Amino acid sequence: MIKFLFDGLMRDKSRSLLPIIVVALGVMMTVFLQSYMNGVMGDSIEASANFTTGHVKVMTRAYNQNISQMPNDMALLGVDTLLQKLNKQYPDVTWAERIQFAGLLDAPDSKGHTRSQGNVTGMGISLLKSNEEIDRMNLRNNLVSGRFPNKPDEILLSDQLFHKMNLKLGDEVTLISSSMYGDMAMYNFHVSGTLHFGINVLDRGTMIADISDVRSALNMENAAGEILGFFRGKRYDDKMAITYADNFNKQYATSKDKYAPEMLPLSDMNNMGFFVAYDNEVQKIIIMVFIIAMAVVLWNAGLIGGLRRYGEFGLRLAIGESKHEIYRSLVAESLLVGIIGSLIGVLLGLFISYFMEKYGIDTSEMMKDSTFMLPTVLRAHITATTYFIGFIPGIISTVIGAMLAGIGIYKRQTANLFKELES
Amino acid sequence: MKTIVEVKSLVKNFPIGTGIFTALNGVNIEFSEGEFAGLVGPSGSGKTTLLNIIGSLDIPSEGEVIVLNKSVGKLSPRQAAQLRKEELGFIFQNYNLLPVYTVFENVEFPLLLLKMNTEERKKRVMETLEWVGLTEKVNSRPSQLSGGECQRVAIARAMVKRPLLVLADEPTANLDSANSHNILQTMEKLNTELKTTFIFATHDEKVIGYLRRIIRLKDGKIVEDKAVD
Repeated sequence: MIKFLFDGLMRDKSRSLLPIIVVALGVMMTVFLQSYMNGVMGDSIEASANFTTGHVKVMTRAYNQNISQMPNDMALLGVDTLLQKLNKQYPDVTWAERIQFAGLLDAPDSKGHTRSQGNVTGMGISLLKSNEEIDRMNLRNNLVSGRFPNKPDEILLSDQLFHKMNLKLGDEVTLISSSMYGDMAMYNFHVSGTLHFGINVLDRGTMIADISDVRSALNMENAAGEILGFFRGKRYDDKMAITYADNFNKQYATSKDKYAPEMLPLSDMNNMGFFVAYDNEVQKIIIMVFIIAMAVVLWNAGLIGGLRRYGEFGLRLAIGESKHEIYRSLVAESLLVGIIGSLIGVLLGLFISYFMEKYGIDTSEMMKDSTFMLPTVLRAHITATTYFIGFIPGIISTVIGAMLAGIGIYKRQTANLFKELES
Repeated sequence: MKTIVEVKSLVKNFPIGTGIFTALNGVNIEFSEGEFAGLVGPSGSGKTTLLNIIGSLDIPSEGEVIVLNKSVGKLSPRQAAQLRKEELGFIFQNYNLLPVYTVFENVEFPLLLLKMNTEERKKRVMETLEWVGLTEKVNSRPSQLSGGECQRVAIARAMVKRPLLVLADEPTANLDSANSHNILQTMEKLNTELKTTFIFATHDEKVIGYLRRIIRLKDGKIVEDKAVD
């Protein structure tokens, strides 16, 4: 019977081709939009993670409470031991220690007097040991002039500040800040390169130095303001991050020490929770929109098809099919259409998403003065969900459409079949 | 001969506006196995209504209609559908073939509803098409057939499940004289060979000429019931 219905469906193009095209188009758009939104939102989350939050971040409780002030006097101590513990406990996470600081940068003239000064917010990251942080923060694309530090006491400066202070590559500058113990810290660096971030707040005055130099400058031996954790080879996973943070924090739950380490998931930092929730919800919204839109179209297509098949349904009732059986066969047909349309739509959607993931759309020119921390190349991102998400609206909408359109079958009076079939 | 249809004091009323129209009024009749009978009368005489009730497509307002030992008025819609599916065949004036299916598939359809296995289904369909002389058209679509051929497919579809009773409503109304005779001869042959009971609703003289029993209806009542030699 199923083969019989399938053959009829395939031969009658008016009731198979149009619904299949509608479903395939809707599913294709669902798949593409899901992967695109996933890519853009995910990339934005990743950009934020790479730059400031990590997927998870370990700080002291006190540091976390005053994080906006970059309170290095509340930094983590005994970082080597803590890192060993973290690496052992979370082998699927890469850990990166960082120090954030603020200060005044002073450029002396040939006599040692101040030539120019500028406020800086700085970051101490691992620059000399490996390129991991350079790649993670995508700094290669931001390098405007010079090179990355390759020996101690070299720094990168934001290009805007560099020009404002009339500096030349190789010039010596002095960082004036406060050490971890609250006393004044002064330390000389040489500018090896300049960066342009395209983000106003960063371009105004950013300084990046190797973390060991920053430790020396701020008297922070074996200390770090933050240890950022990144899931190895994976994008941000909120459930995983929350689980890791909960497990870690349980170990210190009974401690009253305000300098005890505390792990936070990305969604608990910098208002990223909204972004993560939005990223999750947007998929549901896309599915709902397509389910409703396609169901309405397919309902109408089903009604038109139902009118065309009025005689067929009448005959089937007359020769012994019950209304329920006919209704069920209509739903079965729609399921078939839904599956075929969804398969085609998923393949098309994946095809487009694949190219969008591989090549992306470069918006760097349009976004060069943007103040948002957004990725400059908009890419789709295909995940496991991308492979099946299209089937949800594809099948549900076709079945709902057919169920609504098929209600008319129950309104048929068998007593009128002879008249109807002979008119 | 075994009685397969018993109609007792049948009344069928239809509401019309605020009043009631009585389509059948106190009809009593019986049909036996193997009959080739016709309900004859002008439009509005009640012949299609009677055919509807015998075919379990409608129910009596009063009285009782027993078809193959089942009281039509007491059947649930599902049981009525079951009776039609298993025991009754219908032939319509407009053939009502499914246009996207071949001749073979149109005839096969009632057997699919009976969940017959593939091998027996094929055998049964081919055998039935042979009776109606359409073995060479098995793969044709209805649009490729003449009116007469379409009606023969409809007869094959009604006969393929070997029903005890076939109800035919004006089966020759859309056919020319030659095709009408051809169709009627086919049905007569099937009636003789298979002992299938045929009940027609007609006012076509060509059909009446083949009937062995004529029941004349007028204003919802039987006015004549005669056997024809």
